[in-house]
Amino acid sequence: MRKKYLIPLEILGITLAIIWLAPFYLMIVNSLKTKREIFEDTLKPPSSLTFDNYVQAFVELDFLKTFANSLIITVISVVVIIIFSSMAAYALSRTKSRFSTILLFVFIAAMLIPFQSVMLPLITIFGKIEMLNRFGLIFMYLGFGASLSIFLYHGALSSIPRSLDEAATIDGANRFQIFWYVIFPILKPITVTVGILNTIWIWNDYLLPSLVINKQGMETIPLKMFFFFGEYTKQWHLALAGLTLAIIPVIVLYFFAQREIIKGVSEGAVK
Amino acid sequence: MRTRDLAYWLFLMPVLAAFIFVVVAPFLLGIYYSFTDWNGIETKGFVGFDHYIALFQDKRFLDSLWFTTKFSVVSVILINFIGLSLALLVTAKLKTSKVLRTVFFMPNLIGGLILGFIWQFIFTKAFAGFGAMFGIESLQGWLSTSSTGFWGLVIVMSWQMAGYIMVIYIAYLEGVSKELIEAAEMDGANAFQRFRYVVFPLVAPAFTVSMFLTLSNSFKLYDQNLSLTGGGPYESTQMVAMEIFNTAFGRYDMGYAQAKAVVFFVIVAVIALVQVYINKKREVEM
Repeated sequence: MRKKYLIPLEILGITLAIIWLAPFYLMIVNSLKTKREIFEDTLKPPSSLTFDNYVQAFVELDFLKTFANSLIITVISVVVIIIFSSMAAYALSRTKSRFSTILLFVFIAAMLIPFQSVMLPLITIFGKIEMLNRFGLIFMYLGFGASLSIFLYHGALSSIPRSLDEAATIDGANRFQIFWYVIFPILKPITVTVGILNTIWIWNDYLLPSLVINKQGMETIPLKMFFFFGEYTKQWHLALAGLTLAIIPVIVLYFFAQREIIKGVSEGAVK
Repeated sequence: MRTRDLAYWLFLMPVLAAFIFVVVAPFLLGIYYSFTDWNGIETKGFVGFDHYIALFQDKRFLDSLWFTTKFSVVSVILINFIGLSLALLVTAKLKTSKVLRTVFFMPNLIGGLILGFIWQFIFTKAFAGFGAMFGIESLQGWLSTSSTGFWGLVIVMSWQMAGYIMVIYIAYLEGVSKELIEAAEMDGANAFQRFRYVVFPLVAPAFTVSMFLTLSNSFKLYDQNLSLTGGGPYESTQMVAMEIFNTAFGRYDMGYAQAKAVVFFVIVAVIALVQVYINKKREVEM
């Protein structure tokens, strides 16, 4: 691009960025107003700063507990997905057999199944074996997360030479040692990608937790937000304070890890 | 490791168990249920293709299918256009490039349910306030009609996904060699020609990927639909995913809902595969 275009493009970019951020601006500004002030004018900044809305939303969302619930479920699920998907991908990539090929194909093909197609039987099965709880939820995330994660790991593993495995075998390492001490550390970049993609999805998931852990005190942030919003539909000052609270953890994480996140998403989508 | 080795099975077992219990078994069982009068607890008998015949005459289902199709077509075009434009903008050596990428991508990190609630406020309150200030009548009463609900969903989806698609296009644009573009410039190609004949064919694979993602995400949309319009007014903005949910848990017609879910799978799979097939063929020809 020639230099003379750069300044107009720079201005265009900034204008677009302002438009992109406007919803967040309006949300935060109005979350600091009283109910009446929002009714009178939604665009103006608040006349005085009060955090009453936030205090009330914090209490009603039982925010620390809800946040902890989300954190526990997300962290455990992502760790479980990383451990078991990488192991499965390793087995599939190092064992060339018809069974391995078919299995990999089935895992990838399953990405085409929309959640609604398995939703009803899934809830029925897990209800019958009394697994409609957090443990069941994490198990489900492993099942749903496996396809993409195995696909990504399998791609990365095919570029790691087998001679590395063989060298470790000669040194007397068994299969588990070879994988965990030699191969898994090399897979670190793809582990970051797999971790990021699964974290974004699981942290934000609403439908599955709403069907599986619909119990008081167990709610994740999206789940709690749904009930909270239903209660305060007409009280935007509280609803907006709650919404702002709900997205703060994500924005904080993004602030610290934006490079890894964007890179991870790009690699996950391009592969 | 061989297929008959213990290690092979130990490595595979946890994922395989989860995958079978969570995806394979429910999927197969779902197909079976769709042919029965299943009520969520027990099946009393086979009904053959009754559900499948009924759903093709079910106005609610057909309306939701048509609405979803319209929504997906408009969203896919808009998101890819905006996403590619943003990608071209932020790869143009601007000083603000990094900040812009960060900003445009941000909505993707926030869950669809929460985004829908935020935008419900923007459409119903901020749009109305903006409209009153500048005397624009059409900004009043958003989400209260089926057409404003439609555009509301399109706007939210585009705002959210354009940054994601941008990231994919950036990955391919950065792979386009500078020499190639400079060579075209020396041959007298103008900016448009350089884009049309040099850059665009090279980012064609990005188009396949991003079209697959936008299409399947639009078709399967649920959270944003639920929190933004809730399917209203009068179910006129209800998309397929939500219609299936409501058939199951609103009207407790489980066997019938499952038949719709099976049809939904077939539609998603066919669209996705046909799309990839066509785009792959196009890629080769370019």
